[in-house]
Amino acid sequence: MFQKIDYRFFTPVSLVIIVAAWCGLTYGGLVSRIFLPSPTQVLQTGWGLWQDGTLLEYTLDSLYRVGVGFILAAVLAIPIGILMGSSKLMEALLEPTIDFIRYLPVTALIPLLILYFGIGDLQKMSVIFIGTFFQLVLMIADVTANVPKDLIRAAYTLGANGWQVFRRVLLPASLPGIMDNLRITMGWAWTYLVVAELVASNSGLGYMILRAQRFLQTEKIFVGLIIIGLLGVMTDYLFKLIFRIYFPWSEKAGGKG
Amino acid sequence: MSKVEIQKINKVFLDGKREIKALDDISLSIEENELAVIVGPSGCGKSTLLNIAAGLEKATSGKIMMNQQEVQGPGADRGMVFQSYTLFPWLTVQKNVEFGLAIKGLKQKQREEIAWQYLQMVKLEDFAKLYPKALSGGMKQRVAIARALANEPRVLLMDEPFGALDAQTRVVMQELLLRIWEKSQKTVLFITHDIDEAIFLADKIYVMTRLPGRIKREIKVDLPRPRDHQIMVTPEFMNLKRQVVELLWEESKAAAEDVCLG
Repeated sequence: MFQKIDYRFFTPVSLVIIVAAWCGLTYGGLVSRIFLPSPTQVLQTGWGLWQDGTLLEYTLDSLYRVGVGFILAAVLAIPIGILMGSSKLMEALLEPTIDFIRYLPVTALIPLLILYFGIGDLQKMSVIFIGTFFQLVLMIADVTANVPKDLIRAAYTLGANGWQVFRRVLLPASLPGIMDNLRITMGWAWTYLVVAELVASNSGLGYMILRAQRFLQTEKIFVGLIIIGLLGVMTDYLFKLIFRIYFPWSEKAGGKG
Repeated sequence: MSKVEIQKINKVFLDGKREIKALDDISLSIEENELAVIVGPSGCGKSTLLNIAAGLEKATSGKIMMNQQEVQGPGADRGMVFQSYTLFPWLTVQKNVEFGLAIKGLKQKQREEIAWQYLQMVKLEDFAKLYPKALSGGMKQRVAIARALANEPRVLLMDEPFGALDAQTRVVMQELLLRIWEKSQKTVLFITHDIDEAIFLADKIYVMTRLPGRIKREIKVDLPRPRDHQIMVTPEFMNLKRQVVELLWEESKAAAEDVCLG
């Protein structure tokens, strides 16, 4: 007989190895603190930044920019993507333009966006919006276009008209795929934000990292990186939770219906 | 007065610049409450014919008449069961059966009563609250049949509905379909490439040719009803089977040679 293994047991393993290596390298004195500060130093710096309020302020600034930019992109991309995936006309109208813009690296647009919007929140949001919107539209169009044709045909033979097929079949069938793509693009949104903050900013986690580098405060860089990583893990978890709650019927959700 | 009349249907597909004739002048008529089966080699255009009858595809020429009215598009008067699993995965079994009723605008209470009645008919009332992902292939097709019937269509179109099931489940499903058909008295047009299935179910079999699909022969099946699986080993059944096998053998052989000659 095979024993049932609880694989959750293995989740912390990779983390433990990394932290152990980190401790070994720093406490063992193998690497200079300018390149790799010790866990204690990073924790102390982090605590200090928390107490003087800058950590919270910068984190909230970054979250605000990602939040608004990404939500705006999602709110517009979802209907446009669904239309593009379900209508040949919309596809013909939009696809060439979207493909063109999609291949422009958004980082190349940052100078232009600074020219237009300055270096405030609006500029960061526009970077995130442009970086995710066009990708999302195409990904969502793809999800919608891949809804099995026989599901749509079955609905027609049950008496549904075009609008009912759209609302009762196309939409619910696309939702899990849309959520998945939102989860993936959310990761990109963070990347674009930090890039935008590194280039020109006066607050935010990217700005904190850049300043720390100028003053050789490597501990502070690590605090920034860890916070960004933790926020990523949390958003990912949140998306997975939403998935389990709203799409219990999906093959991916696991468990019995 | 026949219920479904297929009149001189032709269908031509375009494959790049090449025209492929899929259906060649097909005419047949199915009487009220009759169970007609079209059997033919795979890729002979029989699914295309059924899709045209359902209104999901357009014929190049010819028409489908339902009670003297020409079919213009898909509609609730022609229910359809597909070979692929077409239950809506986000709806429970019961909500799937209610789908057509909700489209018609029936009240929740009425919908539940009707859905329940048809779920009992396919013996799945215990599974009403589950999502389709928890069901086996045979159960999914039983729900699909219940969903199509709950809509009370005049005609049931079935496109190899048991084609994806294993041999034993298939026989069980065929018997179940016959019991339902005896009770509900529906006009059924059933498509298959399985000869046993065709003879076991049919009042009348249409044997189709390879591409371009034509009706090669119409065979009346007057085996006594109600039928159960034991009929499949009687001499009468075997006689019919010999006929159909011969007719299809010529087609399959010719089709294979077509491919070889390219």
